[in-house]
Amino acid sequence: MKVAKGITSRAHPLWLAYIMHRLSGLALAIFLPLHFWVLAMAMTDPVRLDGFLHLTEEGVVKLAEFGLVFLLAIHMFGGLRLMAMEWLPWSTSQKTLAAGATAVSFCIAVLFFMRAI
Amino acid sequence: MTAEVLKVAIQRDADRVDTFDVPAYENQTVLDVVSWVQQNADPTLSYRFACRVGMCGSCAMMVNGVPRWTCRTHISKVLDGNAVTIGPLRNLPVIKDLAVDMDPFFDKWIAAEGVHHGALTRDDEIAPIDETSATRVEANAGIECINCSVCYAACDTVAGNVDYLGPAALQRAWTLLNDAKDEGRTAILDAVSGKGGCHNCHSMGSCTAYCPNDLDPMSAIAGLKRETAKNFFKRGH
Amino acid sequence: MLSLQLYMFQRLSALLMAPFVIGHLAVMIYAIQGGLSAAEILGRTQGSVLWFLFYGTFVVAVSIHGAIGLRAVAFEWGGLKGAALDGFMWLVGLGLFALGARAVWAVTFAKGAGA
Repeated sequence: MKVAKGITSRAHPLWLAYIMHRLSGLALAIFLPLHFWVLAMAMTDPVRLDGFLHLTEEGVVKLAEFGLVFLLAIHMFGGLRLMAMEWLPWSTSQKTLAAGATAVSFCIAVLFFMRAI
Repeated sequence: MTAEVLKVAIQRDADRVDTFDVPAYENQTVLDVVSWVQQNADPTLSYRFACRVGMCGSCAMMVNGVPRWTCRTHISKVLDGNAVTIGPLRNLPVIKDLAVDMDPFFDKWIAAEGVHHGALTRDDEIAPIDETSATRVEANAGIECINCSVCYAACDTVAGNVDYLGPAALQRAWTLLNDAKDEGRTAILDAVSGKGGCHNCHSMGSCTAYCPNDLDPMSAIAGLKRETAKNFFKRGH
Repeated sequence: MLSLQLYMFQRLSALLMAPFVIGHLAVMIYAIQGGLSAAEILGRTQGSVLWFLFYGTFVVAVSIHGAIGLRAVAFEWGGLKGAALDGFMWLVGLGLFALGARAVWAVTFAKGAGA
């Protein structure tokens, strides 16, 4: 209750962007060792690796996979946003425009890519 | 104003909150409410104010979990029903009740080289300043800071990092860096590159969101990051 | 707690990674069409200098980036300080690098991979 109140009192867009960036980064850092460990099975235990990869067909694992891709995407775009804000001496409206243009072009590129394959 | 009586909860201690019934008026600031309690209900209540017109920066408090200048905050803006919770500023040691020790805040102001670095004497001509130059515009953007510490209380990075100089001190450093009359460039850049420096900032923007004077410390800190990064490429450190 | 140096390493490793992340996302979207299999992944990566360099550089950058990022979190939220904080950062960085390097090796040049 106290925590929730503490969060709502500072839940403005930039603070939410900060907390998303931090939590997604934390989650990715925790996931990475597992990811590396599974991939190394190609060397140590290829049959088990295939078992793991077949798991990705399962609904829950698919959802988790989607989550990871989502985390990676928001961490990257959040980070690029941060660096643009810190290093580019642009005005706020220019940055908003640039971020909007990037997001739109990324969506178009992904859609195009998904249709192409 | 619909309510006749306000339920005012005031934090007196880490684990003690006193609730007072305060008569509601048409024109009433948060500071008026605190003053009414001190004058009519509990004379031992300690709090701090001076100018009452948003110039001195001494009356900031946490109001419903948000740092605000209480003398310029109308109570109707913050009421939750007819209730309001008032506490001492976050991130600073509490002296008593609503009065915090501002020393760490001002010490960091100095630590960020937020002092004048002059090179001229009284015998020199007054240097002409171009009010339209880009650096002067940057400097002007931050000079209306009243040292109220609202940004310092709003910042989660300050909360997690006792060494962090904080938004107000770093904004002053950026202002002086852009001031043609200030000669402290190297000292300032070194001061803001230390372990409590501008690079700790995560750009969460609470400073800019809550600054009562609509200043933008977050962008000022971004300016410092930009300058120090440029220096890093030039000097290698 | 971030000094200028750690800050620069953090930002530069991030900039370096941006194209890798986009590439990684693209390969993922492409690769999961019709399910994943070890043979499919290895068919793409085995013996490839290009993929070795791609993932190798990616691993180096992510080790640096992750170590400095977790250092800030451990300091601000975990209260870790001084030598313990530095030790934690190095442990994360070297750990990520060791595990990552092993994985990259496994899918590119390891003997008997995908046998």
